[in-house]
Amino acid sequence: MAPTGLEIYKLLPKTNCKECGFPTCLAFAMKLAQKGTELDKCPYVSDEAKTALDAASAPPIKLVTIGAGERAFAIGNEVAMFRHEKTFYHQPGLVARVKSDDPALAEVAARAAGYEVERVGMTLRLDGLAVEHAGGDAAAYAAAVAAARAAAPGLPLVLMSADAAAIDAALAGGGVADKPLVHAATAANWEAMAEVAKKHGCPLAIRVEGGDVVALAELSDQVHGAGLEDIVLDAGTSTLAGDLVAFTQLRRLALKKGARALGFPIFSLSAASSWQAELVRATQAVAKYAGVVVLDHLEPAELYSLLTLRQNIYTDPQKPIQVEPGLYEIGAVTADSPLLITTNFSLTYFSVSGEVEGAGVPSYLLVADSDGQSVLTGWAAGKFDAEKIAKTVRDSGVEQKINHKKLVIPGHVAGLSGETEEELPGWQIMVGPRDAVDIPSYLKTVWSA
Amino acid sequence: MSAVEIPVEKWPGAVREVTLGSSYGGGTRASTVTVGGETTFPFLAFEGNTPHRPALAIEVVDMRPADWSPELQDAWGDLLDDAAGWAAKAVELGADLIALKLRSCHPDQGDRSAEEAVKTVDRVLAAVGVPLIVYGPGTADKDNEVLVAVAEKTKGEQLALGLCEEKNYRTIVAAALGNGHLVIAQTPIDVNLAKQLNILISDMGLPLERVLMDPNTGALGYGLEYTYSVMERLRLAALMGDSMTQQPMICGIGEESWRQKEGRAAADVPEAWGALAERGVAWEIATATTLLEAGADVLTLRHPGSLAAMREALDDLTKGA
Repeated sequence: MAPTGLEIYKLLPKTNCKECGFPTCLAFAMKLAQKGTELDKCPYVSDEAKTALDAASAPPIKLVTIGAGERAFAIGNEVAMFRHEKTFYHQPGLVARVKSDDPALAEVAARAAGYEVERVGMTLRLDGLAVEHAGGDAAAYAAAVAAARAAAPGLPLVLMSADAAAIDAALAGGGVADKPLVHAATAANWEAMAEVAKKHGCPLAIRVEGGDVVALAELSDQVHGAGLEDIVLDAGTSTLAGDLVAFTQLRRLALKKGARALGFPIFSLSAASSWQAELVRATQAVAKYAGVVVLDHLEPAELYSLLTLRQNIYTDPQKPIQVEPGLYEIGAVTADSPLLITTNFSLTYFSVSGEVEGAGVPSYLLVADSDGQSVLTGWAAGKFDAEKIAKTVRDSGVEQKINHKKLVIPGHVAGLSGETEEELPGWQIMVGPRDAVDIPSYLKTVWSA
Repeated sequence: MSAVEIPVEKWPGAVREVTLGSSYGGGTRASTVTVGGETTFPFLAFEGNTPHRPALAIEVVDMRPADWSPELQDAWGDLLDDAAGWAAKAVELGADLIALKLRSCHPDQGDRSAEEAVKTVDRVLAAVGVPLIVYGPGTADKDNEVLVAVAEKTKGEQLALGLCEEKNYRTIVAAALGNGHLVIAQTPIDVNLAKQLNILISDMGLPLERVLMDPNTGALGYGLEYTYSVMERLRLAALMGDSMTQQPMICGIGEESWRQKEGRAAADVPEAWGALAERGVAWEIATATTLLEAGADVLTLRHPGSLAAMREALDDLTKGA
């Protein structure tokens, strides 16, 4: 649990020297409690106080980084059970799994590394590759990991083997610098596994069977006692119901009970025999608390769905992704080009602009400031009404650029056309389609008529 | 080390149980479907009950929906011209409910009369033994006309009638009230509006055991996170004991997922999107699963592949850990 301002105050020098920039030690303590400043600003704080405060203010779920370099990803540090309470901050890493004896290993690795898709102006990619030790000795495993590394340079790895010697061999082969996640220490092998992970400075996943979170906490304490700080939890569940119960219990224990041993990100082996079943399992894992989601299928439709879902769930609910309001020119516009208006919710903007572009009809797209709300939500909230539309048109200066006075409004707000004509005397308000996907046919038929 | 004790929340409230379909008193259903009754968040068997498995409905339209995705056209083939045969096939594939849309009554879609709509409903009722959800064509005047006629002619069947919205709830609720039916109360992705409509419906005397609420679905990539969080907030309020949020929730998954470009575009899309045959189903499955996790009690789907995947998911989720 994070300490309160008063608890912090008790540990400060109480001299009110002001060197931290605050008028009193109490004011500084209050700001610290809100995480609005750093303890280091106090030049006189004692080491004991520092240690105590660091421990007390540590996040309930530790941030763990997997991989190194540009594609490294950090998971954990979440503070809420529900995204409406507080944003989910660190989106789970989506990891493709390949067996070490798979003849297509290099090809799978390259596909995982290269998969990417654009959505609302962002490039979405997979985060890692898990190499599962399937047959062969430690040297064979190390060779497979080296091959994967060569085929997917820079892509964070998860090394999956029950054999600490195999992990050690794979890491000794030049992999120390890329900080893979080691999976997994179990009740049977944790001493050797912890030693290898510690030696190479890698995060370590610990695994029990059947969702036994009590055993998981014990194992976590053991591994932590052996000097490991960066831990990832695998509850060893193999069903949807099992995943959901275990992941919910782990998140609750960390957030509500302050269970330090379980204050780490969750590893979800979401693989299933069909891509459809895997998609269901991974969807649940993304929504419900996983930090790493391991997949066996590289079905593009499944990956695209999961990457989109992850983007949705991890969007800050208070701040929808927005684009800059204003006048956008799509294609080689002329004074005769159509003029359309929409809102500045990024998804709305990208759907509309993508379709206008695809239509091949150069157009002016006017983006109204609806505080990042979609057409319907913006309309319901009074942020996209006739007055706003009229103001957006007038402020944009578009009247100097076109030689007609026709404005296409979204079909969802067809009811605003009369009112908008009153607000914009001399303009003809045309009602466009409700869905962006119908814009091309609209521009090619209705507009040109 | 400290002992680990599994935290169990004791919720004061529960979701209402709502039964669709009836086999007596005018009802002719071979089976009925009860949803709701949860005393915790979805499928958390260690702290509460999910007494009824969420139900899967397949959407059936009373005329060939020529604007549907080519993938859906392929999946159902000629059945798209035959609502009764389509419904029977859906039940054979495992649908728990049929959601019949009386689209041909829309003034722009043929403007069929209320009498013809009643005949269609009768045909579908005769073809399947499962309960029905019946939606009007989606324009205020015609919805009222058609749904009232259907409600009267199917007295006692315990159909779920939709949509019942703020603008037309009086008519739809009256039709349900007088004829032993249910209503589907839809509001636009907002906790308070959902609550408000339940209050209005309840004030007219319709027992809340006859109301499903539809918080209005946003598809994956198209507002899903808004619906997800509104549903979680509604379910949280229900479990905390707020009576007017305790309705089981129904989500129009198929309609929203297949309307999007991802569900429709067969060509001229990035290779990373995958082929339409997989992509449309993937979009529907991901939307359905996400909202199931937020508390959905009825999922209305369009594709047989999604139905199969969600049946398998529910087999797993409802058999316990």
